Amino acid sequence: MTGEVAVLGAGMHPWGKWGRSFVEYGTVAARAALDDAGMDWREVGSIVGADTVRGGYPGYVAGATIAKALGWQGARVTSVYAACASGAQAVGTARAQILGGLADVVLVVGADSAPKGFFRPAGGDRPDDPDWLRFRVLGATNPTYFGLYARRRMAVHGDTPEDFAQVKVKNSTLGALNPYARYRKRVTAEEVAASAVVADPLRLLDICATSDGGAALVLSSMEFARRRGVTEPVRIRAVSTVTPRYPNTVLDLPDIATDSAVAVEPAAETFRESIARAAYEEAGIGPDDLSLAEVYDLSTALELQWYEDLGLCGEGEAAKLLRDGVTALGGRIPVNVSGGLASFGEAVPAQAIAQVCELARQLRGEAGDRQVAGARVGISANQGLFGHGSAVIAVR
Amino acid sequence: MVAGWFTGEGDDFRLLGTRCSACTSVFFPREDVCCRNPACPGGGLREVALSRRGRVWSYTDGRYRPPSPYVSDPELPWEPYALIAVELAAERLVVLGQAVPGVTVAGLTVGMEVEVVPGVLHEDAETTWTTWHWRPTGVTA
Ligand SMILES: [Zn+2]
Repeated sequence: MTGEVAVLGAGMHPWGKWGRSFVEYGTVAARAALDDAGMDWREVGSIVGADTVRGGYPGYVAGATIAKALGWQGARVTSVYAACASGAQAVGTARAQILGGLADVVLVVGADSAPKGFFRPAGGDRPDDPDWLRFRVLGATNPTYFGLYARRRMAVHGDTPEDFAQVKVKNSTLGALNPYARYRKRVTAEEVAASAVVADPLRLLDICATSDGGAALVLSSMEFARRRGVTEPVRIRAVSTVTPRYPNTVLDLPDIATDSAVAVEPAAETFRESIARAAYEEAGIGPDDLSLAEVYDLSTALELQWYEDLGLCGEGEAAKLLRDGVTALGGRIPVNVSGGLASFGEAVPAQAIAQVCELARQLRGEAGDRQVAGARVGISANQGLFGHGSAVIAVR
Repeated sequence: MVAGWFTGEGDDFRLLGTRCSACTSVFFPREDVCCRNPACPGGGLREVALSRRGRVWSYTDGRYRPPSPYVSDPELPWEPYALIAVELAAERLVVLGQAVPGVTVAGLTVGMEVEVVPGVLHEDAETTWTTWHWRPTGVTA
């Protein structure tokens, strides 16, 4: 397929609370990705950085900041911000540059140094910012939104807190096998049930933490990969960065109300479903072709929602899919074999890139104890604040 | 804090949104610049009072003190409050709000009818910040 780009290298900095600068995490991840690709940084024609907005001023210019740390060498530079979808937009930008003939090789980097506790908006009185408003007017943190979605699933589909806990049990079991994960301990359902309620019905162990971390990819044209002797690289076949369609009728972060459906009948498809569909259409595949999926488990309940949004099962059937072991390692479609955000925590600009790093490892058959046997096709799915879609399909 | 989001006292209390004169779309929080329906040629946006009553779409609470810019007294122990997302049938939209004090998640179910009432978000010696609260119908106090 002519629209494909090659993944020559993938690299990460271990996630955790290290208390150092995002520059360090990004540089370590970038060097690891370059090593993995067997490339010298000076051969890279373009760098795309996914921005952090918490690292102080340099964070707003992540591409150049990492380029400087690696050593100025004149590469084309881009910095992108799309909240949790920043990494996917960075991959999308890199791909566009490669397919457009602007660069043969692009380094994609995302890294963050997360604050302690709840994410919060930038300072100052900013009543024109929906993110500021939801905190100021309602005290609505990210976990309260996760709680709303979880309760809604319980009411509509009959999910239980025990179902949610089983997502954590699954992901922590997988995260224990991943040397880059922050949490390497297996968690039991009893431990989830014994943890403190954060936003009813979700408990501390249902909700992902904030972390430091970094992830990077070296992408190239298929032609460049061939010239380097890489004949069968992992390829990126689709990058979905769609926006919602009016009226968006599912209450979503950071908004405190939905669009009204009084004038326009809402589409049958939700925003998250449209993120996946756009990726499937671009890749020319469907959910039945997938070997694995990396989804954005900000909460245990949200992972279940993604099963349905990705079309892994019908609406309301996610808990059954989980209970049947379909999404566990060894199941028909393992989900979050990396351990997911449950094991990594959020390092916002890095996480969508980290998802693709895991897909690359899996598709190369280099994932060790957490390897999905015979993996050929993987999808990552994610969603950024303010209406940023994010999904990547990689194939081997 | 934010102007023009609600009006009135007691039984006359209402959330205020805007309605597009061309396509009838309703916006809350109010949209005063231009209609966000991509199929709409664009009409005038007029202030409109939203329905008083709706049904619970979902609910949760916050067991830990939210960070700034939420204002709370760090000297006092944190008292969780419930947050309710309410579906308004006539406007076909969902509006999130705090529950009236005293209503906890234990007293809520999805689908239950609630109504909008005036409430106090926070007060100190100089200022009282008013807001809207959702209250299950039939609950007085
Ligand atoms: Zn209109």
